[in-house]
Amino acid sequence: MSMDATRHAGLPVDHGDAEAEMDASRDLFGFWVFLMSDAVIFALLFATYGVMLPATAGGPTPASEYKIGPTFLETLVLLTSSLTFGMATVALKHAAQRRALLAWMAVTLALGLLFLGLELHDFADMAAHGAVPARSGFLSAFFGLVPLHGLHVLAGCLWILVMMAQLLIFGPDPRVRINIQRLGLFWHFLDIIWIAIFSTVYLPGLIR
Amino acid sequence: MSAPDAAKRRAIRTYLIGYGAALLLTGAAFAAVHWPVVGPRASFALILALALVQIIVQFRCFLHIRLNRTSRDDLQLILFSALIVALMVGGTLVILFNLRGRMM
Repeated sequence: MSMDATRHAGLPVDHGDAEAEMDASRDLFGFWVFLMSDAVIFALLFATYGVMLPATAGGPTPASEYKIGPTFLETLVLLTSSLTFGMATVALKHAAQRRALLAWMAVTLALGLLFLGLELHDFADMAAHGAVPARSGFLSAFFGLVPLHGLHVLAGCLWILVMMAQLLIFGPDPRVRINIQRLGLFWHFLDIIWIAIFSTVYLPGLIR
Repeated sequence: MSAPDAAKRRAIRTYLIGYGAALLLTGAAFAAVHWPVVGPRASFALILALALVQIIVQFRCFLHIRLNRTSRDDLQLILFSALIVALMVGGTLVILFNLRGRMM
């Protein structure tokens, strides 16, 4: 990171020192509040899903609609994207050049888009069997919960694009840096939500 | 020059450990469903336990939430949110399952 970019207001220059870390953690705390309120929304949708699970109205059931292969693939893609964003964070904090940071963000973006593509393919498959949100309470709850996570991933992808553009235009100045850190928290948080989704939605539906 | 390099290596190692652990726990959960060895109830409990461990691992390795240092405020916020979530989800499930039981 070039030093002149970080000289004006905002975060102090040295990433290593304690004061800088205190400032960064204060700037990130507000974003944690947002993430946790988002977690509450997801938690209530999980509760709704749990309650609606038996309400299949004679239509498609979890066992008939979920497939373990594509779900596993989606999970691997999202987990790997979390690692690549971690590498972007390392590049942001420790590497000297911008290229590594942009490259890792681009890889993360590609994995995010791949995840969305796989998920959309799954939904299209379900819709082809008549498993649409209006079919039963179970499917309404499913399509309330899982695509909301997908929308978050889409928002995260757009955010990565915006941050890459800002990085190219403004360089790694303090505001860009803190926003990339917030984006990192958001991205890792989506990974955690997905763990909850495959562990409480997909896998229990597939237990024989 | 060597001190920042060591910090960078340590950061990368943390992410790689987190990724490895996440892959292992995810693989175990999917394997428990694909090749069932225990009953459905035990499988379900196993999946939930693996998910809980994985969430803790991800908070530790990817989100850098620790029990010491500066992340204390974040940790308190997360624990408080976890309490709220547990109360709301647990309460919803208890009330509505009880209601369904009585309606049957």
